[in-house]
Amino acid sequence: MFFNEEFETLPRPALEALQLKRLQSTLERVYANVPFYKASFDAAGVKPSVVTRLEDLQKIPFTTKQDMRDSYPYGLFAAPMDEIVRIHASSGTTGKPTVVGYTQKDISTWSELMARSFVAAGAHKGDIIHNAYGYGLFTGGLGAHYGAERLGASVIPISGGNTKRQIMIMQDFGSTVLTCTPSYSLFMAEEAGAEGIDFKKLKLRVGIFGAEPWSEEMRNEIEKKLNITAIDIYGLSEIMGPGVAIECIEAKRGLHIWEDHFIPEIINPETGERLPEGESGELVITTITKQGIPLIRYRTRDITSLTYEPCVCGRTHARISRMSGRSDDMLIIRGVNVFPSQIEAILVGIEGIEPHYMLIVDRVGTLDTLTVQVEVSEQLFSDEIKVLQVLSRRVEKEIKDMLGVTCTAKLVEPKTIQRSEGKARRVIDNRKL
Amino acid sequence: MKVEQISIFIENKSGRLAEITRVLGEAGINIRALSLADTSDFGILRLIVNDGAKAATVLKENGFTVSKTEVVAVEVPDRPGGLSTILQTLDQKAINVEYMYAFAERCGGNAVIIFRFDETDKAITTLKAQNFSILDGSRLYNL
Repeated sequence: MFFNEEFETLPRPALEALQLKRLQSTLERVYANVPFYKASFDAAGVKPSVVTRLEDLQKIPFTTKQDMRDSYPYGLFAAPMDEIVRIHASSGTTGKPTVVGYTQKDISTWSELMARSFVAAGAHKGDIIHNAYGYGLFTGGLGAHYGAERLGASVIPISGGNTKRQIMIMQDFGSTVLTCTPSYSLFMAEEAGAEGIDFKKLKLRVGIFGAEPWSEEMRNEIEKKLNITAIDIYGLSEIMGPGVAIECIEAKRGLHIWEDHFIPEIINPETGERLPEGESGELVITTITKQGIPLIRYRTRDITSLTYEPCVCGRTHARISRMSGRSDDMLIIRGVNVFPSQIEAILVGIEGIEPHYMLIVDRVGTLDTLTVQVEVSEQLFSDEIKVLQVLSRRVEKEIKDMLGVTCTAKLVEPKTIQRSEGKARRVIDNRKL
Repeated sequence: MKVEQISIFIENKSGRLAEITRVLGEAGINIRALSLADTSDFGILRLIVNDGAKAATVLKENGFTVSKTEVVAVEVPDRPGGLSTILQTLDQKAINVEYMYAFAERCGGNAVIIFRFDETDKAITTLKAQNFSILDGSRLYNL
């Protein structure tokens, strides 16, 4: 089943011709309209006209999250503000978020790609889609919502949290498709079990899970415990949001990336050189239809591989493998992106806190936990318990306020956290993914 | 009139108390009174010792976080309601007790309690005005 059969099954030569045409016009547009790209292309000594074949894309410089931060908030927008109809943001690396803007046409494209993704996952008109991705600045909720409406399904905009109510609604409303993070689906199944509700008896048929790394083992567990088909979806707000790539239910082997809108490349994160098909490296994406904030060779920092092998589903679009990690130190905790540098910036701002810290990430049951270990310095140490407790509550609150992630602050004895010798190890990730 | 107490931060892991007492023992320091306050994550050990300055130095040398606090040692009449009369006196002056613990030795048949107040000087004045006996450091350390 397809949502847009013509484009999803476009023969490769036609697809590549379309990509080249769209790429060239995107490069011309950003060079003319976005001072950052003009400066970046000029510094590399290239003009948009150097791209006469798709392979020439390698001559164009990369764009990074740092570039987006330097252009905060609207510096990379290629459309005038009166054409921007939606603004989303994701967490940046030091407190300031990464901002993206969408024109009406961008929202329409996103809706279509998300609708295609729903169909690829086995959803259809008539489904009741229980959308438990968070609504707000995060792209997950609204992205899946618009896609569900475009598909013509009934969407329940439940957003995240309040698990008991989620389960009641899922049961009473007869939800057939669930969208949320994979770990939250397992958490819901556990909570339902505690309430005496058997998830296997619900009408749920398909789960579309993303926004955090997961594994084949976790897929097997979800499919068994929820009695559904679990599908992996990929997206990032910089590129669009959810629906950049999705597994097809026919194969469940790799995620089709919608190549009529995005050009994927895999590079060696150290050298920046493009790697051949099948090799594992950092995913780089160029958007070729976006108007609000086109991104040229954006370094996602996600580690994956790419294959152009034909798929049993009939889609001609390349597939990326399940994300195997990051080429930077970003952590994904309960769907929230967290950089250690963000936590460091918060700790440095709290008087009396030493700049030595350790982040310990674990998975307790099905949910991720974050513990922030902070050294107690002499000037903040008090003989009163309550003073120290106020301090740890403050660390927890500031991290929650700034990053939106709940953590436990743990005070430890001084000099017990490893000191920096070159690059300090700031994270211990005990999750078995 | 005030007594010096040293407080030590203890992470909640095995062997820390043993380590502190070993360091103090090897330095020839005698613990006269102690109190341990704990939460699930950490604890604070509060000590009255015969040589606070030396204790703080050796503990810091061994990597512990140490702070010094002024506390008050009050003789408590050894009879029912003895402690109650002290606390009522303080309450009337709106002085708060942050924490308190008993001293190991008695003083002439009376118990001794170590108090940490929110307003130390006011507490001393108040108690002295009511003729409660407050022990100074030199007497206390050598009881």
